Amino acid sequence: MAVRAKHQRLVLLGIALVALIGAGLLATWALRSQASYFYVPADMAANPPEADRAVRLGGMVERGSMKNAPDGVTVNFIVTDGKARIPVRFAGIRPALFVEGSGVVAEGKLGRDGTFVADNLLAKHDEKYVPREMKDMQQARKAIENTK
Amino acid sequence: MHGFANPARFLRIARWATPLCLLLGFALAAGALVWGVFFAPADALQGDTVRIVYLHVPTAWLGMGGWSAIAIASFTEIVWRHPLAGIAARAVALPGAVFTALCLITGSIWGRPAWGTWWVWDGRLTSMLVLLFLYFGYMALDAAARGSQQARQGQSRITAIFGLVGAVNIPVIHYSVTWWNSLHQPPSITMGKSAMAADFLVPLLIATVGFSLIFGGIVMARMRTILADEQAEARLRRKAMRAQAPVAGEAW
Repeated sequence: MAVRAKHQRLVLLGIALVALIGAGLLATWALRSQASYFYVPADMAANPPEADRAVRLGGMVERGSMKNAPDGVTVNFIVTDGKARIPVRFAGIRPALFVEGSGVVAEGKLGRDGTFVADNLLAKHDEKYVPREMKDMQQARKAIENTK
Repeated sequence: MHGFANPARFLRIARWATPLCLLLGFALAAGALVWGVFFAPADALQGDTVRIVYLHVPTAWLGMGGWSAIAIASFTEIVWRHPLAGIAARAVALPGAVFTALCLITGSIWGRPAWGTWWVWDGRLTSMLVLLFLYFGYMALDAAARGSQQARQGQSRITAIFGLVGAVNIPVIHYSVTWWNSLHQPPSITMGKSAMAADFLVPLLIATVGFSLIFGGIVMARMRTILADEQAEARLRRKAMRAQAPVAGEAW
């Protein structure tokens, strides 16, 4: 008798768990496009947000694209995800980790001319952790290979 | 499995395992932190800021591991009615909440120099905050059920169900950085692979083992407290009954 009750509870709880996981998956699936923190350039190029809506744009700062304006605070650069490129303009204090070839999330609005005007920059770092000396060694090795 | 569910046997093991876990845990965690802060190298990009990882990652892992333990214990309690499982779930809640809070605090302190912000509402940060609120809810529910005298031992049915339902959040936290674009970076350590150089990885793993042992020690100490409380309560109840009905008490 006790064994049967135990079995019944196990089956009932199993069904409840399956339903629960199903509900959770459905909910997160529905949230897929809503819960993203930022647009990637390809999204923004495909369906651009309305001109005056505050949005975020995230991607890599394209190497060689960073240009400082003569006023000393404005910087122009290109954010790319390998599929699309969006020019960005920002005036203000930049986070320490904001460098070319690194990730960035820009908060601002897409201008009518297609330039994204940011009023805040967040640096996004990747999952790689490398000691300084090792990085120097890697760069040196790459430089040697490039000269060959 | 059934052997471990025996409270008397648990108490026999926990008597020496609790101080052992705590001492070993403190030694390992302290050693790893000293290693991480003073001897491990600085990160190429982040510099010395990276050193908070030795606190942030272990607390994050234990915050999530704590709720996973609550969920497994709740399942065991509902299906097999092991009283010790319920007691374990109740004992995990408080340290789980503390470690989750520590994870959020260290993450915020790290976010300021690394990202340029204390807090953003991205998937990872938000789901971790939800975990903290789930812990608070669990503890409030547990306290309420305790007051209603329904659950003398272990957790009440409703608390156990809450522990199971809350587990939905755990995979959401883990996959939040892959499912959605987020400011938080994807995991550095995945099955058998690490995007983290060994200079960081070794002290981090030692710190994680150390903090896990501390966590385990705290949970065992709390379980012993709950068991002792229940014993004392039962004794008081018997005493009160005997005082009220001396004749019936003698008949027993």
